[in-house]
Amino acid sequence: MNVFWKVFTSLIQREIRLAIRHGADSMMVVMFFVLVVVLFPLGVGPEPGILTRISAGVIWVAALLSAMLSMDRLFQTDFEDGSLDLLILTPQPLELLVLAKTIAHWLTTGLPLIIISPLLALLLNMETSGYGVLLAALALGTPTLSLIGTIGAALILGARRSGFLLSLLILPLFIPTLIFGVSAVDAALIDLPSKPQLLVLGGLLLASFALCPWASAAALRQAAE
Amino acid sequence: MAEFTGNNLTCIRGERVVFAKLTFAIGEGEVLYLRGPNGSGKSTLLRLMAGLLRPVGGQILWNGESTLENAKTYRDLLHYIGHQDAIKTVLTVEENLTFWAEMSGVDPAKRSVGEALENFSLSHLASLPARFLSAGQRKRLNLARICASPAPLWLLDEPANSLDKASVGVLRSAITAHQEKGGLVAVATHEELSPESNVLNISEFTNNMKAPKENVA
Repeated sequence: MNVFWKVFTSLIQREIRLAIRHGADSMMVVMFFVLVVVLFPLGVGPEPGILTRISAGVIWVAALLSAMLSMDRLFQTDFEDGSLDLLILTPQPLELLVLAKTIAHWLTTGLPLIIISPLLALLLNMETSGYGVLLAALALGTPTLSLIGTIGAALILGARRSGFLLSLLILPLFIPTLIFGVSAVDAALIDLPSKPQLLVLGGLLLASFALCPWASAAALRQAAE
Repeated sequence: MAEFTGNNLTCIRGERVVFAKLTFAIGEGEVLYLRGPNGSGKSTLLRLMAGLLRPVGGQILWNGESTLENAKTYRDLLHYIGHQDAIKTVLTVEENLTFWAEMSGVDPAKRSVGEALENFSLSHLASLPARFLSAGQRKRLNLARICASPAPLWLLDEPANSLDKASVGVLRSAITAHQEKGGLVAVATHEELSPESNVLNISEFTNNMKAPKENVA
């Protein structure tokens, strides 16, 4: 158990170190997130009423797209430089290693999105009552996006036009998270309880936590053959 | 007494039979050389031995037990060097090596990262980001990986590529030291890395779809 934990943490450390030294990658995801959100007032007009109504949806859709944008490099570099073969050949279960990579991915891309989201909510004139629930919903939802994304990232290894294929594969799987994430915030904005939606988001997180590492590991083994 | 054997291995890649009915055996302290022209399946056989590929027929055994069925214990026993060097260019030489030593799950007391760097004359580069390494230095870093944490079975795919004479000498002595500790090595190479070796000529098992010539008078 101790060995598992040591390996788990050293993989997370390595991934975070890589993300920091490739700082631009994480920054680009955040910048993309901000840009997409900023485009909406330009597109639908700056009327505060409209922006308030669509704020939760816009932030969630932008978060979905940015999460996806960061996904395609998750295993691609390891696949190209041969690290993936060696990761498969380590004595530790590949599922555990996938989970470590997912956590590192969330820490370097999901977490910055959550941190910047209140600022974007402010830009979209969201009412203050929605902020707390928005943060809670993103905190439960973005790890789910990372977990589901690993399956897509593992399946596209070796494919042509992989980024495009990835979005076709995993965007549909993000829909439940999107629906409950947005509806949690909308409920809070009209003073209804948003606990049920948050519970569903928690359930989605647990289910993907239990299933996604296995599916991704299977896809990775297939890719190495 | 460790023994690594393969029985009647058949491998098919992309609807082409790479080799069929291939049998090999490596005993304790032995080196098996895989020989054959380019494309004859040396790398494929090594990936098969590592468990990255599954044979269509036949089985690979470690001490008489199937490596596929005991994959978890078996992976503890092997080091694999492939064509790609698995080096992250933004990490330093030492960070790269330490990472793989940690991933092996070997007790820190048994690891020898510093010694491995020393042996492959990489100590003075330890804190240099790996993107500044030359092809030969990258190869040496990759080879240092197998010395940094102990494992009885080494599977080496063209380990001497892009190495200079001195480094080939280091590789040779690393293999000899490994043999003396009772280690097993399977290596695909064009260099002679140790004396008194077993040679497996893969082309004997390949089916190149050519008509047999024995009847030509």
